[in-house]
This record gives sequence, structure tokens and C-alpha cells, in this order.
Amino acid sequence: MENSNPIIKIDHLTYRYEKENVLEDISIEIPKGAFLGIVGPNGSGKSTLLKHLLGLIKVQQGEIRLFGTDIRSFKEWDRIGFVSQKANSFNTGFPATVFEVVLSGLTRKIGLFRFGSREDRKKVHAVLESVGMREFENRNIGELSGGQQQRVFIARALVSEPELLILDEPTVGVDAQNVNQFYDMLENLNKELHITLVLVTHDIGVISDKVTHVACLNKNLHFHGSTMEFNALKEQDLSSIYGHGVQVITHQH
Amino acid sequence: MISGLFQYEFLQNAFLTGIIIGVLAPLLGVFVVVRRLSLIADALSHVTLAGIAFSLLLEKKLGILAGLNPLYMGMTFSVIGALFIERLRNVYKHYQELAIPIILSGGIGLSAIFISIADGFNTDLFSYLFGSVSAVTRMDLWIIMGICILVIIAIIVLYKELFLLSFDEEHARASGVPAKLIHFIFILLVALVIAASMRIVGILLVSSLMTLPVAASIRIATGFKQTILYSVLFGEAAVVGGLFLSYYLDWAPGGTIVLLAILILIATILYKKIRLRMV
Ligand SMILES: Nc1ncnc2c1ncn2[C@@H]1O[C@H](COP(=O)(O)OP(=O)(O)OP(=O)(O)O)[C@@H](O)[C@H]1O
Ligand SMILES: [Mg+2]
Repeated sequence: MENSNPIIKIDHLTYRYEKENVLEDISIEIPKGAFLGIVGPNGSGKSTLLKHLLGLIKVQQGEIRLFGTDIRSFKEWDRIGFVSQKANSFNTGFPATVFEVVLSGLTRKIGLFRFGSREDRKKVHAVLESVGMREFENRNIGELSGGQQQRVFIARALVSEPELLILDEPTVGVDAQNVNQFYDMLENLNKELHITLVLVTHDIGVISDKVTHVACLNKNLHFHGSTMEFNALKEQDLSSIYGHGVQVITHQH
Repeated sequence: MISGLFQYEFLQNAFLTGIIIGVLAPLLGVFVVVRRLSLIADALSHVTLAGIAFSLLLEKKLGILAGLNPLYMGMTFSVIGALFIERLRNVYKHYQELAIPIILSGGIGLSAIFISIADGFNTDLFSYLFGSVSAVTRMDLWIIMGICILVIIAIIVLYKELFLLSFDEEHARASGVPAKLIHFIFILLVALVIAASMRIVGILLVSSLMTLPVAASIRIATGFKQTILYSVLFGEAAVVGGLFLSYYLDWAPGGTIVLLAILILIATILYKKIRLRMV
């Protein structure tokens, strides 16, 4: 039933960059409420795929539908939240408070030629509370640790109450303990708030008990299925995607 | 000077212009600095100079445009220069800063040619280079007031978009903000403010009025709004103080203003150091 109305539907997407295919014939459907983990080696096109979904790259060949609308005419970008791979390499000297950064997540929702209301400020406070960063709201963003900054960027993505959250390696530079907390938080968003998640990560092991679906990308889509099917994959199959010497450590609880 | 302010129109013009510029330059300067575009201000000011030289040349050789404010031609050149920078930034996607030396040297080259064709100008050009208290006309004042209103309205209306674009351009584009259009409007505003500021501080020092107060403010401010507030306060202090000093000491106002701005910058750096040591 839920598959009849996927939030994201990608059909035969191929993307060339300077004479080389970066993505080749990708077809994938992401149902509402899914938590999809995308894995693949460096340069396999993961970020490129996500950029397509965010409208940052124009579709060259194939088709993408978001919420049932062709991406070329899609306008409701405030339904999608985004935490980028580069979030933790931003200009740390930027003079903005945590509050200001999170409020900027509402820019599109508030709309051009309009100003934020008291309602919007309340939303910022609530979302900062939910990621445990309320007490830092008046600090400059550059004064926080990498893990704290990442929470702020999550808050910025969540403040517009998106139905779909897209994350590109959000845990780079976050220490191990906080990484676990972070994935717990994502799982919560998915289970409690029913936000559909698309997560690019290299921590296959850590997420294999959190995500509902896995996609293995290396230019082509090598595998796409439920987490159970993924966990049943043999290690050889994975190393055929990743190259040699990949150790997949699955979490056992 | 206080009594002079009531007596002489040129002093009133200079002061009112200075007060407006003291707000505008640092206000836009905050966005210029955080977007790492400081050098664009320099490039555009040199293009403005070419425009002014061109206007003076036409006036001297052909007698046309006589009586037309050279500021108009300066503004036109500045805006065209801004358009060129944008084009070049798209051509050299991975070396965006290359656009700046290209436009800057183009501006100086053109200025030099215009000046040589004209066989030199009178002292007028000097006042455009380093600023002048006596050169500001009532008409200049009106033009600059118009620019001021335009810029302030644009900044207020586009504040949240400009903030997002400055902080995280990719995120701005991903959330559907018309990034290209807003960036374009922003560059046009910068071009206008540079042309407007040049009367008082001079072409060679315009960019410093956009960057020095911001550099000082960033040392001690918390948050973006406070950064803007302090930048404008510092800019205003430097301009008003600089104009007074330059009038009494008979120094070039541009130089005096910039030196004051540097003093303020040093003071904020020391202040920060001392405060850190006390904690
Ligand atoms: N604008 C671009 N500039 C440079 N290279 C690009 C560009 N677009 C695509 N590519 C190429 O696309 C390929 C895929 O890059 P992409 O960033 O999508 O990989 P990734 O899977 O996200 O890698 P990583 O794990 O390192 O983040 C790379 O080989 C890259 O060289
Ligand atoms: Mg990537």
C-alpha cells in the first residue's frame, strides 16, 4: 500500500560530469516513512544523487518525482530538510548565533518579503530544546564543538517541519559516543515523528540496526532492499561493491 | 567648525553625506566581508574611477555632459563592472577570485587612458582619489540620500535571504531561495554604495570603509545583528570623527577617516585580548 505513493521516485537517472558517468541508470523508490541508508565508496556518486533530490543539480537524463511531482516543476522545497556533508567545514568565524542559524532554516517557509513572527521564534526554541541545544542559543556558532554544531544544523533542517530529511554524512567529525546518540535521535525522528529519512553514511555497521532500507551505490545501484535483506548479504558481495579490505562490523544487541 | 556647519552649505553637505555613508558602507560591508568578497569592493571602486575620468574627459574635450554630475557615470561604470564580475565568476567557476584582478586592472587601465587623452585634469581628480570635504555638492547629497533609502529598504526586505545566502549558499539554493537573483541585487547595491562613498572617502579608500569597521565589530560582537550594529557604530564614529579632524588639521578626509577606523580596529583587538586574560 505505502509503495503505491512513494515520497521519492527515481527512474533511470543518469548523470554525466565531463564525459564520465557519475550516476548510471539509477531507479529507486523511497516509500513514506522509510529510513534509507545509502552506502558506497568515495566518489561513488552519493552526494551527487542527493544533490539531485535537493534540486541543486538539474536532471540530465531520466526522471525524479518528489511527493508525486516532477522535480522540474517541484516548488515546495520547505517540505525537505537537508544536512550537508560540508556542514562541519563551514566558515567557523561566521558571526551568527545558534538562534540566528536555526531561524534561517525558516527562510523559505516565511517567504520572500515577509518577516519572522513570534510563532517562528517559538518554533526555533522548541527545536533547539529537542536537540538539547537550547542553552547555547545565544552563542556564536563558531564557538561550539563539532558535535554541537551538527546538532544545530539538524535543528536548522528540522525547524521547518519537513516531511523528508536528507543527510549527507552528518557524523563526520563527531566523536563515537555522540555518533550513537545522533543515530538514536534520527531513529526517533523516524519512528515518533514519521519523518522519512535519507542518510548517506560510511558507518554501515552502526546503522544496520536503525535503517529500514539500504541502498549500495557505486555509479550504478548495486543493491537496494530492506535492511534484513542487506544484513543477509555475504561479505564478499559487499566487497565487490566497496573494493577489497572492507570490514563490515554489524552491531549485535 | 560647529558654527561653520551652520554657515557653510558645503560643510553641511559633507557632514550629512558622511553620516549617510557611515551607515551604508559598513552595513553592506558586513555582508561583503562574511561572504569573503572584500576585494570586490576594491575592484569596483577602480572601475568607478574610470567612469569618473570618462565623464571628466567628455566634459573637457567635447563639452558634452558639462554640468552632469560625474557621479552618474561613475555609478554606471561601477554597475557594469559588477555585471562583468558576475560573468567572469561563472566563467572561472573554480577560480572565482580571478574576476577581481581582471576587473580591477581593467578599471585602472581605462582610467589611465582617459586621463592621458584628456591631458590631465585639474585638481578635481585628486579629490575623487582621496576624498574631499569641499567637493560635495547639494546634488551629490540628494543622490546619496536616494541610494541610502534604496539600500536600507533592500537590506530590510531581503535580510533573511541575504543572511542565509551568506552563511550557507548551498543550503539557500536547496531551500529554494532565488540565490542568483538575490546575489545580483546585492552586487548592484555594493556598486551603488561604492560610487556614493567615493566623494567623501575617495576611490582608493572606499573599500576600507566597508571592511575596517566590520573587522573591528567581528572581534567583539555576538551574533549577526550585533555585528551589523557595531559595524555601523564604528563606521559612523570614524566618519564623523575623521571629518572633524580633517577640517581642523586640513588633512584629506578619506585618509583621516581610514586611520581612525584602523585605530578603532586596534582598540577592539586589544580589548578582546585584555578581556580574555581577565577571564
Ligand atoms: N561539480 C563537480 N566537480 C567535480 N567533480 C564532480 C562534480 N560533479 C561530480 N563530480 C564527480 O562525481 C563523482 C562522484 O562524486 P560524489 O561527491 O557524488 O561522491 P560521493 O559518493 O559523495 O563521495 P564521498 O564519499 O567522498 O563523499 C566524483 O568522481 C567526482 O569527481
Ligand atoms: Mg559525498
